[in-house]
Amino acid sequence: MTPDTAPAPPAGRSTGAVGVRATARVTAAARAGATVLPVLDGDGPFEFRRLRSRDTEARVCVVGAMSAPLGGDRLRIEATALQGASLHITSAAATLALRGPTTAHATYDVHLTVADHAEIRWLPKPLISAAGSNLRQAWTIDLAPTARLVLREEQVLGRMGEPPGHVATRLTVRRGGHVLLDQEAEYGPGAPGWDTPAVLGHHRATGQILLIEPDFDESPLEPQVLIETPDDAQAVLTPLAGPAALITAIAPDGFRLRRILNAAYATSADTSNRARQ
Amino acid sequence: MNRAALLVLADGRFPAGGHAHSGGAEPAVAVGRIRDAESLEDFCRGRLHTAGLVAAALAAAAAAGHDPLALDTAADTRTPVAALRDTARKLGRQMMRAARATWPSAELDALAAARPRGAHQPVVLGVAARSAGLEPLDAAYAALYETVSGPATATVRLLSLDPFDATAVLARLVPELDRVAATATATARRVAEEGVDVLPAASAPLLDISAQQHATRPARLFAS
Amino acid sequence: MHLGHDLDEKFPHRHTYSAPATERPDGTRRALRIGLGGPVGSGKTATVAALCRTLRTEVSIAVVTNDIYTREDADFLLREAILPPERIKAVETGACPHTAIRDDISANLEAVEDLEESIGSLDLILVESGGDNLTATFSKGLVDNQIFIIDVAGGDDIPRKGGPGVTTADLLVVNKTDLAPYVGSDVDAMAHDARTQRGDLPVAFTSLKDEGGVKPVADWVRERLADWSAGPA
Repeated sequence: MTPDTAPAPPAGRSTGAVGVRATARVTAAARAGATVLPVLDGDGPFEFRRLRSRDTEARVCVVGAMSAPLGGDRLRIEATALQGASLHITSAAATLALRGPTTAHATYDVHLTVADHAEIRWLPKPLISAAGSNLRQAWTIDLAPTARLVLREEQVLGRMGEPPGHVATRLTVRRGGHVLLDQEAEYGPGAPGWDTPAVLGHHRATGQILLIEPDFDESPLEPQVLIETPDDAQAVLTPLAGPAALITAIAPDGFRLRRILNAAYATSADTSNRARQ
Repeated sequence: MNRAALLVLADGRFPAGGHAHSGGAEPAVAVGRIRDAESLEDFCRGRLHTAGLVAAALAAAAAAGHDPLALDTAADTRTPVAALRDTARKLGRQMMRAARATWPSAELDALAAARPRGAHQPVVLGVAARSAGLEPLDAAYAALYETVSGPATATVRLLSLDPFDATAVLARLVPELDRVAATATATARRVAEEGVDVLPAASAPLLDISAQQHATRPARLFAS
Repeated sequence: MHLGHDLDEKFPHRHTYSAPATERPDGTRRALRIGLGGPVGSGKTATVAALCRTLRTEVSIAVVTNDIYTREDADFLLREAILPPERIKAVETGACPHTAIRDDISANLEAVEDLEESIGSLDLILVESGGDNLTATFSKGLVDNQIFIIDVAGGDDIPRKGGPGVTTADLLVVNKTDLAPYVGSDVDAMAHDARTQRGDLPVAFTSLKDEGGVKPVADWVRERLADWSAGPA
């Protein structure tokens, strides 16, 4: 962790704010029918805790060591599953983006690399974009042709009863060097059109589950829409133009978002099991 | 430069199939997300900055002469919902038919041969604009105008909304449309140096979810 | 059609994108395309169904429907098992069938070409419009001939009022003649008015409820098919 001077604060402010610059790394490797973790380096706000392995899968929990990300922070997690390894990453608590001492944006990048016959399951708790926060998040995911991925990301716009912060994300997924999915989202004050009936409407939580599975080449998942009227939540499961499927959901809050994401994920597991039988 | 060709290309009567599509307005009307001129304007604004921006940048890049097949793949990666990919290709094929009859060119022929079932509509639109002697900015305008005029026209039919109110909505969106067209064209200009990954990829969850839902509705007025 | 050949002679190298082209890409003569239009409820779908039943042993047929709100017409034809599903295509019209058959025919042309491509050796494609108003006619870029169907229950003054469908269609069908006594329509007056409006163009009176009720229409289609296959390929 290195202290770093944030970009010039806006005129009228002279906080001289300091952001945190940190890159945490985890690497999983297959060894004797199990997965080991030759690299497990926490940094800055990210501490890693090993959890008990399940089957051949190594499991890691990200534990927050400090309040982050705050304005001006430059944070990054790199996770790699080497050939044949199976890595499951969760987090102990929701990530809370806060305004911090400056209105400058924070960055929080996640880079996942999955080698042939390897798998990463990235299933953290949601990101909460608190009032006044300003976060840019870039997900870059590189998969080998036979790699598998389950990635869940959830955004809750504002804590209970407060307006949202500003959050911009870009998700770029490459498989065998070719782009499979490229997606940007920008929500909160200053993001044009985000709360219109074409984008989020009145919903304040949105999330996705990305499933990449070489078997989908043979038997892609069927598109499906879930509408949970009592929860005011809705989701779509759709096959991508490649061996992958994406669940996109919106809900009034993080609790109902998780509920519909789980329901959509359960359907996807049903349909893909059926397809494989 | 044949600037007047833009009027032909962007005319709602250009026979490229647009009349059968509502740009997501029909499902939005069905659940009350569009119920009057104000909510129509909000809807159009959201669409302008997401699907519209992406379409405009693709069209501008195609009009600048960048590889339409690479742009077609870029459109696929930016369109996660299967129903919207189908719609984009269907409309692309119809646009191709109209464009080859109006502004025949070897580039249109080559793209038609490479994508007989249709390339993504904004890409075809861009190549059509190029064949008509138009500039990338013109192609961006045509794509953006279609992004908002489609839902506005459809809402007049679906809600019996006063057509003057619907047209006033389009007029109010003009300054934003100008800005998005400029942004899309500026980004498209970077494709030469940085490749198609530089193009915007803005997403809209409600458009995505309701497009797939609409595709399976047994009774509907508009195809999308 | 003669129009197509005029164009072909003037622009010998130009590829044509709509109906006037009479050949498939492989040089064989494409299927004859007949449009069926008319007001809501006049019996268009029933006529298409009856034509398919009558002609299916003679020629290879496919149907394109232009529904207004649903796929009901296509589904009716499927349910009645008149044609296998791969021979029926539904075009969506954004609430305006007349736009899809006249002003912007791109989706219908695609449907027609897809059927030709997937079925192979089609002789006849029937393009059915969703029920629309009396001015709705098919573009010559889409069909070779068109049939306009009205019925006696829609009012016996329709032929007198005229309109492009009634006056210019290649065949005017007055359907449901069996109902005339019940709805107080004067079939003779309709025939007289139609002759006045249409000159030498033919009019057929049908009652599809009767056995062989579609025969006058089927015979007319047979003549068109004979002309079509005799025409220069």
